[in-house]
Amino acid sequence: MNPAATPPSLHPPAGAELAAEVAGLTKIYGSGNTEVVAVRDASFGVARGEVVALLGPSGSGKSTLLAAVGLINPPTAGRVAVAGQAVMDGPHALVELRAFCRHHLGFVFQKANLIPFLTARQNVQVALEINDVAPRTARDRAGELLAYLGLGDRLHNLPFMLSGGQQQRVAIARALANRPDLILADEPTAALDGRLGRQVMELFRRVAHEQRAGVVVVTHDHRALDLCDRILEMEDGILRAHQPAPRAA
Amino acid sequence: MNLAAQDIRHNGGRFALTAAGIGLLLMLVLGMGGIYSGLVHEATLLVDRLEADLWVVQHATRGPFAEISRVPANLVSRLEAVPGVARARRFVFHTIQRERHGQPWRFSVQGLDWPGDPGTSLPLIAGRPLAHAHYEMIADRSLGLPLGEKVRLGKETYTVVGLTRGMASSSGDPMAFFTLRDAQAVQFDLPGEAIRLERAARQARAAAGDLGRQQPGLLDRADLPSAALPALGPPTVSALLISLGPGADAATVIRTLAGWPDISVYTAQEQRDFLLRGNVDRARRQLGLFRVILVFVSAIIMALIIYTLTLDKAHDIAMLKLIGARNRVIVGLILQQALLLGAVGYAIAWALGEWLFPAFPRLVLITATDRAMLAGIVILISVAASGLGIWKALRIQPNTILS
Ligand SMILES: Nc1ncnc2c1ncn2[C@@H]1O[C@H](COP(=O)(O)OP(=O)(O)OP(=O)(O)O)[C@@H](O)[C@H]1O
Ligand SMILES: [Mg+2]
Repeated sequence: MNPAATPPSLHPPAGAELAAEVAGLTKIYGSGNTEVVAVRDASFGVARGEVVALLGPSGSGKSTLLAAVGLINPPTAGRVAVAGQAVMDGPHALVELRAFCRHHLGFVFQKANLIPFLTARQNVQVALEINDVAPRTARDRAGELLAYLGLGDRLHNLPFMLSGGQQQRVAIARALANRPDLILADEPTAALDGRLGRQVMELFRRVAHEQRAGVVVVTHDHRALDLCDRILEMEDGILRAHQPAPRAA
Repeated sequence: MNLAAQDIRHNGGRFALTAAGIGLLLMLVLGMGGIYSGLVHEATLLVDRLEADLWVVQHATRGPFAEISRVPANLVSRLEAVPGVARARRFVFHTIQRERHGQPWRFSVQGLDWPGDPGTSLPLIAGRPLAHAHYEMIADRSLGLPLGEKVRLGKETYTVVGLTRGMASSSGDPMAFFTLRDAQAVQFDLPGEAIRLERAARQARAAAGDLGRQQPGLLDRADLPSAALPALGPPTVSALLISLGPGADAATVIRTLAGWPDISVYTAQEQRDFLLRGNVDRARRQLGLFRVILVFVSAIIMALIIYTLTLDKAHDIAMLKLIGARNRVIVGLILQQALLLGAVGYAIAWALGEWLFPAFPRLVLITATDRAMLAGIVILISVAASGLGIWKALRIQPNTILS
């Protein structure tokens, strides 16, 4: 699927099963003189199996939008539904958020944010155990997942012994461990070189397809955009579909 | 997988150091209790060991442990004539402070009612009870005298024939046991000149009184040792200990003796109470207060430690929340760490105490109750101390991971 092939749109094609849907989302920080409208009336959808890239200049509100969709930072107004279930109505949660995160969401950030006193495998294992997977099963699954991400020989290393790229892959394994319906990644490849960055994007693509998950990736790395199904763009808190620049042939 | 254990495993050094600090604090708490128990134990040790049913002391005094008490030694015969009294023993007790090898040397002297009581009931760890009427002593080990050592007290030299363990007076001074006469000799030791003067004065006193006139022979003997003057009475003793006969009623005996104007009579329990309420009470309250303060200090320090440990993990806790960890996972992490810290600290306190307390100058008596109580306190402190950390942890927002 080349993004140029389909007309740019905020929503997936009609009939697609949605991993997430956002309607009229607004996020305002502060109040009075210091008020910042970080996201203004954003609406978009992500289908299962789809990788959506979110572009935009610094400070345009990408992280804010992602955090609102990921239930980390409640929106000021607007509705969020994940995996067909309404979860936020404005700042009000409609479900138990922690439990919902556990079952349906996976996060990857620019920094790996691994727990420093756990080994690579334990960092993944903990996510599974939190989701009530039995410790032994969790350990085996974590090992398999890391092996799949090329870290089979690093299972027992503490985070500080791993390179930035290896740490990021552990973080991705942790996000994928519970087979979430929606994966939200905020500049996951910023700390990686081009080849590794591309690998990560390919990984998201594969997970989206194999696990029928929706993926939203905030990125500044335009070299990997060809691996995305759709591209959205933010500017000054306004979300719109990306108009690909005509290729200079 | 246990998060608390993993954290401790990978931060072993810091954990060990923290636990050692807490252990030292807890050892102090334990020690305070031990000093207190030791105080009570030593205070009542003599009263308990003497196994007297009643104590007869100088009228209107509270007995030899509380103040000076003097009763005539021949009171024994009067007491033994009272129905219900099986046996009366003379009791001599006083504390002396001398010099030995240039150091102040303090101990309590108790007279044994030789020959009835050669000290067989004492907890001897070496040597034997007294076998002669004079010049032998049984010393507590803490006096530092070896068996066979000769000690000069007053004008006489005494040989250590037996050693006890853990015998101390209510003031914590080590005990030494002599025959009654020797104990009195040590107590009433006077320089030769003073004795000569007293004998001369005695002669003058006797000559001036009826006694001297009626029994002129007495005047000839007035300059002999007082022991050789039965009519003038032997020196006084501190108290008399009564053992009641089988089936005798203590209340009846007390009622009888209460009519005697020269003495007061107390039960052994009353003697104990005098000791605990009088000598020991303020020290006990003092220690008790210090102990309470120490417990609070430990709790506050522990709370701060747990709090900083939690702050250190704020980012990790935010991440755990982000991946959906329930509050009990996070509370568990903090609480388990606090309890583990407390437990290791407790073990260190126990071990250090076992090692250090016996070397203390006074008895530090750690009872099973003390240990159990400390365990309870440690659990309470750990839980209370985690409160602050838990409060903080539950307030950590998952979105702090973004900043
Ligand atoms: N906690 C906050 N309080 C107040 N203002 C905030 C807060 N977080 C973000 N903002 C503001 O909201 C706007 C959007 O920030 P956001 O972090 O979403 O941008 P971004 O697109 O992710 O930028 P970048 O590419 O640099 O990460 C910015 O103007 C920022 O200053
Ligand atoms: Mg951002």
